[in-house]
Amino acid sequence: MRVGLFVTCVVDLMRPSIGLAAVKLLERADCEVIFPENQTCCGQPAYNAGDRLTAQQLARKVISEFADVDYVVIPSGSCGGMIKTHYEELLSDLPEYRVKAQWLAARTYELTDFLVNVVDMDSFDTTFQGAIAYHDSCAGLRELNIKEQPRKLLSHLAHVDLKEMAGAEQCCGFGGTFSVKYGDISSRIVDLKCDDLEATEVDALVLGDLGCMLNIEGKLRRRGNHKTKVLHIAEVLTGLVGEETE
Amino acid sequence: MELTSHQFKSVSSAKLKDVKLQKALYKAKDGFVVPRAKVVAELDNFEEIRQAAADVRDHGLAHLDVYLEEWEKQAQAAGTIVHWAESYEELNALVVKIAQDNQVKKIIKSKSMVGEETGLNRYVEGHGIEVKETDLGEYIIQQAGEHPSHIIAPATHKSKDDVADLFAEKHQRPRLDDAEKLTHEAREILRPHFLDADMGITGANFMIAETGSTVILTNEGNGRMTTTMPRVHVAISSIEKCIPTLDDFALMMRLLPRSATGQVISNYVSMTTGPKRAKDNDGPGEFHVIILDVGRTRVLGSDLRDALRCIRCGACMNHCPVYQNVGGHAYGWVYPGPIGSVLTPAYNGIENAIDLPNAATLCNQCGVVCPVKIPLPDLMRKLREKQYERNLKSSAEKWSLRLWAYLALRPKLYSIVTRIMARVGKLLGGDSRRINHLLFGGKDWTRHRDLPAPRGRTFRDIYLNRNKTTNR
Repeated sequence: MRVGLFVTCVVDLMRPSIGLAAVKLLERADCEVIFPENQTCCGQPAYNAGDRLTAQQLARKVISEFADVDYVVIPSGSCGGMIKTHYEELLSDLPEYRVKAQWLAARTYELTDFLVNVVDMDSFDTTFQGAIAYHDSCAGLRELNIKEQPRKLLSHLAHVDLKEMAGAEQCCGFGGTFSVKYGDISSRIVDLKCDDLEATEVDALVLGDLGCMLNIEGKLRRRGNHKTKVLHIAEVLTGLVGEETE
Repeated sequence: MELTSHQFKSVSSAKLKDVKLQKALYKAKDGFVVPRAKVVAELDNFEEIRQAAADVRDHGLAHLDVYLEEWEKQAQAAGTIVHWAESYEELNALVVKIAQDNQVKKIIKSKSMVGEETGLNRYVEGHGIEVKETDLGEYIIQQAGEHPSHIIAPATHKSKDDVADLFAEKHQRPRLDDAEKLTHEAREILRPHFLDADMGITGANFMIAETGSTVILTNEGNGRMTTTMPRVHVAISSIEKCIPTLDDFALMMRLLPRSATGQVISNYVSMTTGPKRAKDNDGPGEFHVIILDVGRTRVLGSDLRDALRCIRCGACMNHCPVYQNVGGHAYGWVYPGPIGSVLTPAYNGIENAIDLPNAATLCNQCGVVCPVKIPLPDLMRKLREKQYERNLKSSAEKWSLRLWAYLALRPKLYSIVTRIMARVGKLLGGDSRRINHLLFGGKDWTRHRDLPAPRGRTFRDIYLNRNKTTNR
């Protein structure tokens, strides 16, 4: 099956290892990975800033780029949520795109959701080991019901010990431009997240969204915690954790 | 009430540094979130009940004209005197007129957020009439000369010690340090006021069209005394609180106490239908209901209409990561938290509360706990769209958005710019792989946290290059 990878603008720029890990997972599941090279952004920053017109232009761009695949897989609950739960509303005043938006939404999956509910993957080739906690990102959890999927995948890893942290479903305080516009509040929220994480005593925090990842990792380091890793679940499932990809 | 939402940013930053407030907020959070989760888990069809309640509210709002007229007809048949107020001034003036017509010197009041909107207490006191708040939280706030910070727990920002100091000062009695003793002292002080007040003012959680009743839910019994003991009772409410039937009310009751305080039912559910009848032992001789519009009809005809479903449980604020850390006063008007971030600009003008719809992570914790399924993040986003359309966004935000959009819509240019950013970012990160000092917009990020550095190459470059190599 032809699986379009929407890698997301943040993975593309900040952490390409996650995209490579996603490709590795999809290829392991015998998917033909299609990467439309003109892809940029799903339009969420414009949508959430109230710039509907720009968001519509980007949504239409994504729709046309992925018109020719069986599935679209995204290593992010946030961008996945944008396409799956918001495109239809966003394009509701453009009748010819509304149906296309529905079509795309029905074929779009967040990565862990795809691995569990479409290809039912249960074995992984990874060297990663250690105690981890999982942070449930807001959009993944509350827009796409991503909760059991990552835990199920992680349960297949013999050398990974998942400890549930307190407040795992609580927002990390990122919120896109919120993190810079209301920095004091955002900073306090992510501090509380770091407190909960550190109280759980794990080697790594694992999650499925880049915004939370940059926010939490950035805060941990600023607090002087250089020990707790912050990893995307695709990195954990493949052992591709950054360095070797450069 | 005076609107100070434009100060959100500076006030919220100060609130984050207020150690006493932070302690009180931390305590309040667990006091609401944990009990709610417990009683919600006891119902096996909570989601179905939520949907049914949202549908009932939608239906009621879609035919609000019909149900309000029906309510008025039934209320008048029971002997209630019905008034309509299109402005805050009109409502306040009606209350004073009713008081003056009845030679009222003292009013006891059970809590009302509509009364907070209109600034009722100050207005009434300005006409030489004494007003005593009787809900313990409201009483504390009134003594302190403050505004409520939460719609159902008005003094939640205050600690027991704050209250002990306040009571010692205002009551001129020895300082107590036990919550129960403090409550008893308030009760002792309030009791004579219940007995000699001439008029009682309450809010109304609901107005039931089928019976012409008003309903209040309380936990302290003060509400029931306020509705039954004085000669005159005035209930103040607003048009969107009208629901069609008693059955609909029963449905709301399954949700409201559970969502609000984690109770299966409130201690007192008081339904008032008309004044005292010939055969009744208790009750007021006159019963007035004043129904406020102010903003509601305008919102009813707008795309923010879903917000009018609100049944004022407070769950959205109790679960909001922003409210939990800054408290209610930062929002600068009557309704704090996510619902306040929608209602404040909706009722007072978008330009007067620019920060509120933006000061949210859109985490949707509010949306999933709302008992009537108000899509609060969607409504905040709609308000952001209106701000954008009306050119109310800061020029820095607008221009950075435009620059980013320009690039994102031009993939070739975008890939070159991101390629450069990935390289420069890697250099900036150095050996530590983190950037701790950015300029311009990035400054606001690195003021609070590091930025994990890019890895030097974009995914696009790595992947396309890899495929080129393999295809060869």
